[in-house]
Amino acid sequence: MITKVSHMCVYVINQDRAHDFYTNKLGFKVVTDAPMGPGMRWLTVCPPEQPELEITLFPLVEGGMFKKEALKTMTDLVKNGTFGPAVFTCKDLLATYEELKAKGVVFKKPPTKEFYGFEALFTDDSGNWFSLGEEEKK
Amino acid sequence: MTGQYPKIYLYKRIVQAKLFIDSHFAENIDLNNISDEAYFSKFHFIRLFKKIYGKTPHQYLIFVRIENATKLIRNGIPVSETCHTVGFESLSSFSGLFKRMVGKNPSDYFAEQQQLKKEMLQTPLKFIPNCYVSQHGLSKNSNFEEVSL
Repeated sequence: MITKVSHMCVYVINQDRAHDFYTNKLGFKVVTDAPMGPGMRWLTVCPPEQPELEITLFPLVEGGMFKKEALKTMTDLVKNGTFGPAVFTCKDLLATYEELKAKGVVFKKPPTKEFYGFEALFTDDSGNWFSLGEEEKK
Repeated sequence: MTGQYPKIYLYKRIVQAKLFIDSHFAENIDLNNISDEAYFSKFHFIRLFKKIYGKTPHQYLIFVRIENATKLIRNGIPVSETCHTVGFESLSSFSGLFKRMVGKNPSDYFAEQQQLKKEMLQTPLKFIPNCYVSQHGLSKNSNFEEVSL
């Protein structure tokens, strides 16, 4: 029986820039930052209140699964906003929206009441998009 | 949507106050000044701040200081230097608040983080799920074998 998600992978164009975006703009915490040799670093972050979920910021570089052609295809797809890897939540969407906007985060959609909830969409510095919803008030 | 929201100006002011604390936490911040700058009465400001962030501005300031202290300690900054860098004047009050929030005292946390950092440098593959290692050929690129000798 599957019980939890422990790791998820977000492909990023530039790992250093992604590190800055996810920690300084989104406020995520670094879980693992292990050097893996020239040009490679295993970097995972987590949302501040979910330390058990490691989000791997995986750089799109040639090697391993990415041969030259696959790398170009994947890079183009990420840059063009094809992927929406996750849905995040926050306690107060309007406040979080204002804060992230003030930090330079680009929103594709401002906070909007939808039939399924209150939601905004933003993109990271690579082009991945994320839904940002509001936790139900107790 | 946001344009239609009648209280958005309140959010902007509270968010600005929060961002001010985020960037000036190490200074001797007078929270009365923040409420003045946000054009609120102190009472109204504290009430709205707590409603949005779940903490009073003072509690949030302490939280930000301790959060930043954990980052500095992770980066190898000694405890006493960290204490002053994040805005505490007393090492004992810093240690007490740190222990309450992080669950261990700063010197134990420092030792633990140094050990963890050492392990990440020496045996990085220990921290990576094996599927990623094999699928992306990480073991070929890594310095794992060199540094573990």
